[in-house]
Amino acid sequence: MTAPPLPKQGPEISYREAVREAIREAILGDPRVFLMGEDVGRYGGCYAVTKGLLEEFGPERIRDTPLSESAFVGAGIGAALGGMRPIVEVMTVNFSLLALDQIVNNAATLRHMSGGQFEVPLVIRMATGAGRQLAAQHSHSLEGWYAHIPGIKVLAPATLEDARFMLGAALADPNPVLIFEHVMLYNMTGTLDGAGPVDIRSAKVRRVGRDVTLIAYGGTLFKTLIAAETLAKEGIEAEVIDLRVLRPLDTGTILASVRRTRRAVIVDEGWRSGSLSAEVSARITEGAFWDLDAPVERVCSAEVPIPYPRHLEEAALPQPPGIVAAAKATLGR
Amino acid sequence: MAEFRMPSLGADMVAGTLVEWLRRPGDRVRRGDIVAVVETQKGAIEIEIFQDGVIERLLVEVGTTVPVGTPLALVSGIGVGAPAAPTPPPLRPEAVVQAPAPRVPIPGPQVGRPLASPAARRIAQQFGVDLRALRGTGPGGAIVSADVEQAAKAPRRFDPAEMRRAIGAAMARSKREIPHYYLSTTIDITVAQRWMEARNAERPPPQRLLLAAPLLKAVALALRGSPELNGYHGERGFEPSPAIHIGVAIAIRGGGLMAPAIHDVDKLGVDELMAKLRDLGMRARSGGLRSSELSDSTITVTNIGERGVEAVFGIIYPPQVALVGLGKPMERPAVIEGKVLPRRTIVATLSADHRASDGHRGALFLAEMDRLLQAPEQL
Repeated sequence: MTAPPLPKQGPEISYREAVREAIREAILGDPRVFLMGEDVGRYGGCYAVTKGLLEEFGPERIRDTPLSESAFVGAGIGAALGGMRPIVEVMTVNFSLLALDQIVNNAATLRHMSGGQFEVPLVIRMATGAGRQLAAQHSHSLEGWYAHIPGIKVLAPATLEDARFMLGAALADPNPVLIFEHVMLYNMTGTLDGAGPVDIRSAKVRRVGRDVTLIAYGGTLFKTLIAAETLAKEGIEAEVIDLRVLRPLDTGTILASVRRTRRAVIVDEGWRSGSLSAEVSARITEGAFWDLDAPVERVCSAEVPIPYPRHLEEAALPQPPGIVAAAKATLGR
Repeated sequence: MAEFRMPSLGADMVAGTLVEWLRRPGDRVRRGDIVAVVETQKGAIEIEIFQDGVIERLLVEVGTTVPVGTPLALVSGIGVGAPAAPTPPPLRPEAVVQAPAPRVPIPGPQVGRPLASPAARRIAQQFGVDLRALRGTGPGGAIVSADVEQAAKAPRRFDPAEMRRAIGAAMARSKREIPHYYLSTTIDITVAQRWMEARNAERPPPQRLLLAAPLLKAVALALRGSPELNGYHGERGFEPSPAIHIGVAIAIRGGGLMAPAIHDVDKLGVDELMAKLRDLGMRARSGGLRSSELSDSTITVTNIGERGVEAVFGIIYPPQVALVGLGKPMERPAVIEGKVLPRRTIVATLSADHRASDGHRGALFLAEMDRLLQAPEQL
């Protein structure tokens, strides 16, 4: 998989390295920032994102934790309440369910329940998504669940620039922010020339087109861009929107695009039922119904636990041919 | 700030459909610039603006049908307060009520409801397009916005029935409201004919004069002495027009009639006038007439006589107050100084509005026309 077209200058950097650079910058720039999680120190992180950081910053700033998501996410909330700026790494979104109580009942609510007296400036990073044959307990895309919860922000960096700069914006936010890094993006490489601070409010148009709007985020963004290239060869100019921020959703960018193209396809690695794609579809219907020329299409994961065998795993996930077919369906082709 | 309004392009027009904006907000416009195209029963007409200024805001979207007089755009700038163009008085509101609503209501849920997207339905309503007449190219054969937009853009076919209705309405109004009187005289055009033939002898066909040119010029010059026949009858009674804009009745293939104006005919040379006549006839049949040409005639001339009748007694086109009819030029026996001689003659008639003039005035006018045609080289 390749990065989106960035200027081909400067050193090549991987998504993994971009995240690491973001963590380094945060730790160097603010004494209140520290990182904790399972295997982030001595092992260097299960996706090797934090490799070398323990050696560079020592155990005060890079802290290995016991295998208890509830305990170390709770500790992160406490540290944030106490004035620190913790970055908590959870191995995958599947394991974050063990900390759901801390995230949903504590992190997301304390500001509200204290009448604004307490802020929880906590950042939780976790991996999400399938594609590495890690089977049904390590491969799901549950970020859409978190996007349901008021009181937290949910980010899905899909580009090197967002991997590199979203963390800084998240740490600057006084409220809890969850960052979802898709496992298939870590090896993506490219250059960061000219990239700079990013916002954590807006969706971005990654490809301009007039015929249909393809809406994606995280791991499905590049599959969607590949699909858009295929469509272009058939004379269909697809616009591709990278949601970037799953909560709060940037409805304005979505509607502005759909009002122009009159057609929308939502690509979401989550399951269709009760999903983020359902929410986006609902907002399009609410806000742009009279501009639509076709029913909104969705390309989601098959409604099964993600299979282990490679061919079945690939078959279960959104793939470019399915996105192409859905886009053409909106055009009656 | 001034309003640029849907012009009345004739007494038979009650509403028009804006089909194209040729200028955008922020554009500087000058008097006479074409700023929009409006679809009427007479086809697509280019609409001019009558003041200098800057387009501030467009008030009517493309595809909308609005009654005559509806503000289409706001215009600001140096032209504010400039004298308005000589346009006929606005139509009475009752005429607007009679406007046939071109919009087809979007059918509700029912058997046989066309499969159409929400966008297609919205645009169809806006443009007055009947979805049932379209074939869809969208998912499942659904009608989509592009299908409707294409249908809305397609030039509307000339509808003889619609034009017949419009002519009927205008003529009925004329006969109902205008107390016509009719005069007729035979004019000797032998001299004019010879003069014209002499001029044409040295010219290639495209530059040759037709009799219509000296005749029109004579009408225009004669009108200078008879202002009671040239102008408009409106709410405040008759208002003579200082300018002489002659509407020339032109038959349209497929049936129907329009009378676009040639402006300031009294100030045009005969050759210039001929060129304008040719141009007007071409544009009337192929489209591309300007709004002012359709709206500001101060009198109409019909020379239907070219088609073989000796005399034509026309019906005045409101709000004008006179119409000159020219019959077929014919060799007739004439008695001159006691001798019967063959002379080329034409019967000129005048239909005029008794609210603005009397037969005496009409007679003077026709006599003056006759006099002028005896000295064609001075036209």
